[in-house]
This record gives sequence, C-alpha cells and structure tokens, in this order.
Amino acid sequence: MTTTGHGDGEAGATVVGRGRREVSIMLNGRPRSVEAGMSVRALLRQLKLDPGMVVVEHNRRILARGALSGTEVGEGDRIELVHFVGGG
Amino acid sequence: MKDSSFVIGGHSFVSRLIVGTGKYRSNGEMVAAIRASRAEMVTVAVRRVDLDRSREEGILHHLDPSRYFLLPNTAGCYTVADALRYARLGRAAGLNDWVKLEVIGDERTLLPDTAATLEAAVELVADGFKVMAYTNDDLITAMRLEDAGCVAVMPLASPIGSGLGVVNPYYIREIKRRLSVPIIVDAGVGTASDACVTMEQGVDGVLMNTAIAAADDPVGMARAMELSVRAGREAYLAGRMQSREIAVPSSPAAGMLDREST
Repeated sequence: MTTTGHGDGEAGATVVGRGRREVSIMLNGRPRSVEAGMSVRALLRQLKLDPGMVVVEHNRRILARGALSGTEVGEGDRIELVHFVGGG
Repeated sequence: MKDSSFVIGGHSFVSRLIVGTGKYRSNGEMVAAIRASRAEMVTVAVRRVDLDRSREEGILHHLDPSRYFLLPNTAGCYTVADALRYARLGRAAGLNDWVKLEVIGDERTLLPDTAATLEAAVELVADGFKVMAYTNDDLITAMRLEDAGCVAVMPLASPIGSGLGVVNPYYIREIKRRLSVPIIVDAGVGTASDACVTMEQGVDGVLMNTAIAAADDPVGMARAMELSVRAGREAYLAGRMQSREIAVPSSPAAGMLDREST
C-alpha cells in the first residue's frame, strides 16, 4: 500500500510497504520513484549502469565520479545521465 | 617537399583526416570504417543514456579511447549556455579536456551562430578547454576565434551533411593564409574528390562524417577518403602548375617529319 507521507517530515515523500519511503525524481526527463536516501551510485547500480561509462548531472551540477556514493537522491531532484554516442 | 608534422594543441597527429562516428548503420560498420580511414582523432556526441534499452549503446563500448583520440562535440546546441553545458559534461567523462565547439544558429542550414560560438569559445578557453571551433568560412570570425585561444579553427566546406564540397575555396585559402592555428575544414565534403580539393587549398586537415557513413560502402569510402586526403596534401606541397585557358603542347614542336629543317 502506498500513502503520501506528509506526516513523516519530508514533504512529497511517499511511504511504501513496511515504512520504506520513496521520493519522486525526474530521471532523463521522465518521472521516476526511487528509494529515499539512495545514493546516486546506488541508483546507477539499480539501472545496471557502469559509473565509469556515464556522467551524472544532478540538479544541473555535474557530479564528479568520487561524489556519486556520497550524494543522496532527494525529492524533486532532476538527474541527467549522459554518455558518448556516435556524432560528427 | 617534406610535410611538416600536424600538431593541434600540442598533440601530434599523423593522419590529417578526422572522422565522426554518427549515422552509421551499425556499430560494427562504424568501427570498420574508422579503421579503414586511418583517422586518429574521432568525434563523439554527448547524449542521454537510453534507459529503456537493455543493451549498452555507449560508444566507449566500441571505440577504445587508448587507440583513438576521442573529441567530444557540442552538436545540437543552439545557445552558449547549452554549448558550455555539453562541453563540461563531455569533459567530465574523464578522457580529455578538448571540445569540438559547435553552436548552431539555423535549423535548415545548420550554419553556425558565430557570435554565440565566439562567446562560448572565450568561456571554454578560460575554463581550461582546448577548443576546436566549428565556424563558417568567414575570415573575421576565424581570426576572432584564434584570438580567443582556440587550438584549431574549423571552417565549413559547405553545410553539415550536404555533401556539396568546398563552395568557397578562396575564403578557405584566405583563412589558412591569415591564421597561425591549424585550419581544419569541417563539414560539407561529399566524396573523395571534395576531400582532395579541400586539402589542395593548403589547410591542415579535414573533418567529415556523413560522406563516409552515408556512402553505400562506408569502409570503401573511408579508404578512398584516406587516399584523397593524402593525395590532396601531397599535391598542395608539390605545388600545382599554373592553369591557363589555352593549350600548350607537351611534346616538342621541333623534329616533326616532312618539314624543312631550319
């Protein structure tokens, strides 16, 4: 069961199942729910992306690879994951 | 005449052909064509990871950055802010601090917004980038880009993907004559003769993508381009004969039969 968790302190966060909270983010231009408190590195792991192969922009700031573990994904965050593709 | 080495921003190259990696029918074909082109510097674009795809489509899975010098571009950017953003994302990938700067001003022709290109170049150079700037064949903009600290200035032969060849060889020659940084003609080459004619203008190199990727046989065209870039360079160094609008016989006029000797 999912309820909006306005009572638990963080506006907009959602309580899932046995108290696991989720936050809504925009990931590459699409809304997505992820576990609250998750690090960006954990998000990449969940997406099966190699952190060495992507560049992360977090709320318009580029995250250095070393900062991926220490950066938490928060409610309303806008995250862009980019990489190199073919181009001229 | 022996050729001088081809150095951009302190980095030495043997091949004067730079190729793009876009628009190939498959990654396998792209890799084979790039190998056939013998290019050392290869451009790449920065785009969102496609999260719906199960297979990793990043180009680093196909091109080894220790074998090719990968040059991130800002293709598709129409504003200074976007160009800076894409350049910085490209640099954050950790390969190098180079960028092929492109700020487009018009969707139909993909001609560069030269004012925005110049502004972005100034910012990126100040931020420590080695900037190779795509521009039009305008001498004044080219000089300003050199003054801004670009490591190479890259005037177009004709619009991106048009295959029209060099529409204004005089402007290209004049840019080459007047600037000190390497001049690389970027965009518009359609076939091998275009590449050859481009190099005959005396420029330092050619950058192309569609001419190879959109050929019926990209590997064959890549090989042809490699030969024609070298041929054009050698012809330029050899110094062409004067052209004139009257015939001059190649064989001696003297010694023809049945004529009275003088």
